Amino acid sequence: MAVLEVKNIKKSFGKTEVLKGISFSLEKGDVLSVIGSSGSGKTTLLRCLNFLEFADEGTISVNGKVIFDGASPKKLSDSVIRENRLHFGLVFQSFNLFPQYNVLKNVMLAPTLLKRDTPENIEKRARELINRVGLSDRIENYPCQLSGGQQQRVAIARALALNPDILCFDEPTSALDPELTGEVLRVIKGLKSGDSTMIVVTHEMEFARNVSDKVIYMADGVIEEYGTPEEVFGNPQSEKTRSFLNSSFENI
Amino acid sequence: MSFNNFAEQFPVVFSALNSGFLQTLKLFFVTLLGSLPLGLIIAFGSMSRFKPLSAVTRVIVWIVRGSPLMIQMLIIYFFPGLVLHNNIWGGGEQGRFIAASVAFILNYACYFSEIYRGGIQGVPVGQQEAGQVLGLSRSQIFFKITLLQMIKRIVPPMSNEIITLVKDTSLARIIALQEIIWAGQAFMKGSHGISGQIWPLFFTVVYYLAFSGILTLLFGYIEKKMDYFRS
Repeated sequence: MAVLEVKNIKKSFGKTEVLKGISFSLEKGDVLSVIGSSGSGKTTLLRCLNFLEFADEGTISVNGKVIFDGASPKKLSDSVIRENRLHFGLVFQSFNLFPQYNVLKNVMLAPTLLKRDTPENIEKRARELINRVGLSDRIENYPCQLSGGQQQRVAIARALALNPDILCFDEPTSALDPELTGEVLRVIKGLKSGDSTMIVVTHEMEFARNVSDKVIYMADGVIEEYGTPEEVFGNPQSEKTRSFLNSSFENI
Repeated sequence: MSFNNFAEQFPVVFSALNSGFLQTLKLFFVTLLGSLPLGLIIAFGSMSRFKPLSAVTRVIVWIVRGSPLMIQMLIIYFFPGLVLHNNIWGGGEQGRFIAASVAFILNYACYFSEIYRGGIQGVPVGQQEAGQVLGLSRSQIFFKITLLQMIKRIVPPMSNEIITLVKDTSLARIIALQEIIWAGQAFMKGSHGISGQIWPLFFTVVYYLAFSGILTLLFGYIEKKMDYFRS
C-alpha cells in the first residue's frame, strides 16, 4: 500500500494557477526528488502537503486514509489540521531554527510541548538524532553559533524528532555555500532506509540522480515527467524535460 | 513662620518634592501595569483578520496617538462631571489619580500596541511556519517561539517610550494631580511657609534624571541579557 497518495492537487493564488492537477504516489521507504525550474510549483506542492497552504482541489491520503479533501466543504478544525500535519515533516530552505534555544532544545521543543513521551525519553532520542546528524559536540550551541550546514542538520534532527511518515525537504541546500551542501546532502542520504519516506525538492541534479528512487520533473504546475532516475535522466520522454536537463548539466 | 535661606528651605522642599515624586512614581507604575498588557490586546486587535475589528482598533489608535495626551486627560477628567453631570471620579486627589491613570493607560497602550505590532510582524514568518509544521498550536507558537524574539526586538523602542512616560507624568499637573511638578511649583505661590521660590521647580529635574538614569541602566541590562541569541 502506498504511504502517500496525492490526487489531482490544484492550487491558485488569485488568478495565478500554480498547481494544475498534481497526482503521484509514494511507497514506504521511497526517496522522491522533485526537480524543475523556479516557479514551477515545487515548493507550493510541499507547502500543500504540510498544510501551510490549502489546496483548492484534490485529495491527500496517508496510509490509505484521506487526510485532506479539497472538495469537502467543511473546514477542518485547527486541531485536526495539527494532527494531520504530523504525518509530514518539513525542512525549510532557510532552516528556521528557533534562535533563542540551543541545539538540544530546538530538537526537543515540539515533542516536549506535544507530550509525545516522557521527558527522559525525549531527551535521549533528541541526543541520538543530534548524534546521527553529526553534531553531538554542538549540543549546547545556539543557532547563531553554527554554520548554515550545521543549522540545516539540526533542522533535520528537529523534523525527525516527531517521527513523521514522510519527511519533506524544501531546497535544503539552496541557502548554503557550495562547500556546505555536501554535508547536508550526505545526512539526507544517510537517512535513506526501509522506513523513512522522503520528498526532496532540489536543484542538486547529482543528488536526485544518485540518491532518489523516483524523480518528478515539474514544469508550469504539472508533472511533466515521472519515473526512476534512470528513466528521467537517461531517457526523458518530454521535450521540456530534455531541455531542462540539458541546461542543468551544461558545463560552463 | 517662613524660611529665608537655602539651608532652611532645603529640608522642607526636599520632603515636599519626595511626596510629589511618590505620586509621580505611582502614576508611572500604574500606567505600565495597565498599558503593557492592554497594548498587547490592542496589537492583536489591529492585526486581526476580522476586518471590522482591525479597522475600529486602528481608528482608536489613530485618535489616541493623534491628539494631545493633555486634552485626553482633561476630557476624561471633566467630561463625566461637567457634561454628563455624573462625576464618576469623585473629588479629591484619589479621583484625579484614577482619571489620570485611565488617560495614561489608554494613551500608552496605543503607543505600545504599535511597538508590539512591529515586534510581532518583525519576527520572520518562517518561525511561525516551523512551529506549525511541528504540530504546535497557535498559543504554543506565540508563547514558546515568537514572544521572546519579539521582546528582544521591542526592548529598544520600549525603553524609549517608557523613559518618555517618566517625564509625561508631569502632564497630570493639568488636572492638579499632586505630582512632583505640582509640588515644586507650589513654592512659587507659597507653600509650607516658602513663597516666591522657583528653585524647587528647577530642582525636580534631578529626580527625573535620577529615575531615567536607573531605567536606562535597567534596559541596558535586559538588552545584554538577550544578547545570547540573534534573530
